Amino acid sequence: MTKPLHLILIEILQVVIVIAAAPAFLGWVDMLKCWLQGRTSAGIMQPYRNIAKLFVKDVVLADNASWIFRITPYLVFGTAVVVGSVIPIISTNLFLAPSADIIVVIAIFATARFFMALAGMDIGTAFGGMGASREMMIASLTEPAILMAIFTVSLAGRSTSLLHIVQSFSNGALVLRPSIVFAGIAFVLVVIAEAGRVPVDNPSTHLELTMVHEAMILEYSGRHLALIEWGSMIRFFLFVTLGIACFLPWGIASTDDAGSIAASVFFMVIKAAVIGVVVVLIETGLAKMRLFRLTEFLGAAFLLSTLGVIAFFILE
Amino acid sequence: MNLQLLAQINSFLAALVLLTAFAMLSQRKINSLVTLFAWQGLFLSINTAVVGFVAAKHHLYISSLLTLSIKVILLPYILHVLIVRLKIRKEMETIMNIPTTMLIGIALVIFSYHLTAPVREMSTLITRSTLAVALATVMIGLLMMITRKHAVTQIIGFLAMENGLFFAATSATYGMPLVVELGVALDVLIAAFIFGIFFFHISTTFDSLSVEQMESLREDN
Repeated sequence: MTKPLHLILIEILQVVIVIAAAPAFLGWVDMLKCWLQGRTSAGIMQPYRNIAKLFVKDVVLADNASWIFRITPYLVFGTAVVVGSVIPIISTNLFLAPSADIIVVIAIFATARFFMALAGMDIGTAFGGMGASREMMIASLTEPAILMAIFTVSLAGRSTSLLHIVQSFSNGALVLRPSIVFAGIAFVLVVIAEAGRVPVDNPSTHLELTMVHEAMILEYSGRHLALIEWGSMIRFFLFVTLGIACFLPWGIASTDDAGSIAASVFFMVIKAAVIGVVVVLIETGLAKMRLFRLTEFLGAAFLLSTLGVIAFFILE
Repeated sequence: MNLQLLAQINSFLAALVLLTAFAMLSQRKINSLVTLFAWQGLFLSINTAVVGFVAAKHHLYISSLLTLSIKVILLPYILHVLIVRLKIRKEMETIMNIPTTMLIGIALVIFSYHLTAPVREMSTLITRSTLAVALATVMIGLLMMITRKHAVTQIIGFLAMENGLFFAATSATYGMPLVVELGVALDVLIAAFIFGIFFFHISTTFDSLSVEQMESLREDN
């Protein structure tokens, strides 16, 4: 009778961590970026302040906004929370994790993106439609790449279930696997595109013509915008934790006593912080690409992940 | 156990050789292309030394050093000098767009995997699985020669093909006899010099190194 309660507690803890820590992760990335570019940063808490500010503001809806426009913020936030409950972040003993494998996770992300694109077009402004079309173009290139990367990991872990992958990687002997390295690099490129970071999209741009994600949500305001922003932060954080679960799973707790959970949270913070540094280095080192160069950037990601699958068969 | 680790290092280097082959296929800038070629040579040279250690064939150390000196240092140097002398700066144009070329490259890798499957069944060497990569490197070099218009990039494709052949020799039979390898190395070196001389002639005659110019040799006056 106590054990399920235990598992539910871990599950709740993980979801709370995901929701609460995602803005901090974005704040950390933004802070590092400010430091690297020689600016004074607004601090790691700035995303929380942004969200809090947006929640107290009124929602302004266009007259022709349909129900799609109104439910999308909740859908974006909700899907992000659902995914946050199935990726093994602090423990492999997750209550809900067996209900969805890695392909379902990608599909849920794709659903959120689909509704976001619909909402972008819903009002009928030019920028919304433009942003939606660009987002879909990027999605059509990232999804094959991320699926191939995930197939590589699933082949190596002999399962598409994230729990099995994490367990087989963290328990098995450390072997040099070219396929996993290729898939890992491809995953990094894809995450940059999915999270809308610099070479693909500039999250801090104020120029509508270069916007991708920002153009889609241009019509949102108040609590709707807050939920979408928060959902995007969670999404970014979840892609990072998905990468950790697939490629750096060491340290995720497999038992459910409080000590190992605490250790696993500690490792998660360390790994996320390091990944934040890597993201910032990539962002600062590269300039934003022209939109039509993206096919090459994401083509490279697809190539790498496909080479990962091929290398698995040829070399391992 | 140690042998297993060495086999893993061997396949990892094979993967890196394949990766540099694809990187060359997708690279537009000629200077980066030469640098990538040098990297491929470096991985090849390390791999040859590893195979030499695994197979206890000491002549492979010599061919590893040869590869290092010729393909990592000398040939890239010659190519850099050529690029500076011929004042090649602009980005190279390709016949097909790069994503298509890369997709064909992936198809070639799968093709060579199937082609070498019977060899892999029969062979007992620990390097047998890298034979597919070697063949793929040869084919990608050939693909690069086909899809590029510029003479210098075609030569780099040719040299990459030679890298693939050398790799195939080490992975299929633990290397050719030393005499053959010395001969091949010398041939490649001489070829590079002759190419250099040809480039100068081509560029003075046509004012360009694009091989498209040579298609219209008819007297159309």
